[in-house]
Amino acid sequence: MIISVASGKGGTGKTLVATSLALSLAYEQKPVQLLDCDVEEPNAHIFFKAQPVSERTVSLPVPKVNYEKCQYCGKCAEVCQFNAIALMKRTLVIFPDVCHSCGGCWHLCPTGALEPAAREVGTVSVSQTADLRLVSGRLKLGTHISPPVVKAVRETAERDYITIIDGPPGSSCPVMAAVTDTDYCLLVTEPTPFGLNDLALAVDMLRVLKIPCGVVINRDMPGNQIIDRFCAENGINILLRIPFQTEIARAYAKGIPLVDSDKIWRDKFYNLYHQISGEVSQ
Amino acid sequence: MKVAISASGKTLDSEVNPRLGRCEYFIVYNMATGEQSVIENTGRFSQGSAGIATAKLLNDQQVDAVITGNVGPNAFSALAAAGIVMYTGATGKVSEMVEKFKLGQLTEAKFPNVGPHGR
Ligand code: SF4
Ligand code: SF4
Repeated sequence: MIISVASGKGGTGKTLVATSLALSLAYEQKPVQLLDCDVEEPNAHIFFKAQPVSERTVSLPVPKVNYEKCQYCGKCAEVCQFNAIALMKRTLVIFPDVCHSCGGCWHLCPTGALEPAAREVGTVSVSQTADLRLVSGRLKLGTHISPPVVKAVRETAERDYITIIDGPPGSSCPVMAAVTDTDYCLLVTEPTPFGLNDLALAVDMLRVLKIPCGVVINRDMPGNQIIDRFCAENGINILLRIPFQTEIARAYAKGIPLVDSDKIWRDKFYNLYHQISGEVSQ
Repeated sequence: MKVAISASGKTLDSEVNPRLGRCEYFIVYNMATGEQSVIENTGRFSQGSAGIATAKLLNDQQVDAVITGNVGPNAFSALAAAGIVMYTGATGKVSEMVEKFKLGQLTEAKFPNVGPHGR
């Protein structure tokens, strides 16, 4: 079973939910792994004091020009859909940052002046604590193409584990890469108009991908019905509410997982898992 | 020498558009002859990296210098490779920028002044 955790925006408590869910399973002796796919700002490792046991780099091919062979014909610049190559007065300029590694240019170059060269875009590290296997992806600084790093994290997952994916914030390409082919998506939201807006976008995305979903309301306040109304109208279950409490925020800020700061949450999250498996197996 | 100014309209009276890759037009002013012409910035229709597409356009038009508000890192490298001199921080009307240029009151940009995507 693969459960992804997503939210419209950052800072809504996605990591809090993902780490707590993973730990509640680990404490029940279930084989569980957590994949931190928030590659621009991975922070699940903060909650697990473990050294990485392995690390590898993720690279993408980008064109490299051999100026001795280049005839400045401009074919490569013409074929590139992304403006990653520009033939200017004095030289051929390549923008690795814009390149999508489609290979069009080096296949088309008539003189063989272009060759694919590896460009490092991120790293994937694996760490293991007594309870949990954690795989974290990290986008290299100054790099913007995160889906390949997210993919690499997912490829590093072991089969036969219950897998929890902490996705990137938003509802664009990296999020798609994180939630695609998961059995269920938990959407973490806050009971505010902004939270609702982001939630609605995320729900639309999941409908397109045909992934069942349920909602966790974080920083919930009694009497606030804004998310409840939306969920009722759209037939989405609210699976858990985490109240707005300073103790929770304080422990979280110190890097203490919710399930460790107050044991009552172990049962709640374990129960959350059972609700999800119930929905998935229906 | 041909100088292109990024503009929101088609005349010297138009406002400068501070966004290089997304400006609607370039007013091209020939310093030697005083002639002026307008080119539409087709680079702005690019899905991504409009700055690079715009730099290509200016290169094809054989422009020697460009006056605009912001230049990002990719557009900067492309324009520099073409030997196009950049003046950033432009505001007001196109004609005012032409006057300033003539008087030598603009300073050449040595670095991009915004991040990727114009932020
Ligand atoms: S297609 Fe090959 S030869 Fe032509 S400009 Fe590009 S690199 Fe040079
Ligand atoms: S590999 Fe594709 S995207 Fe990259 S520069 Fe070549 S043609 Fe453009």
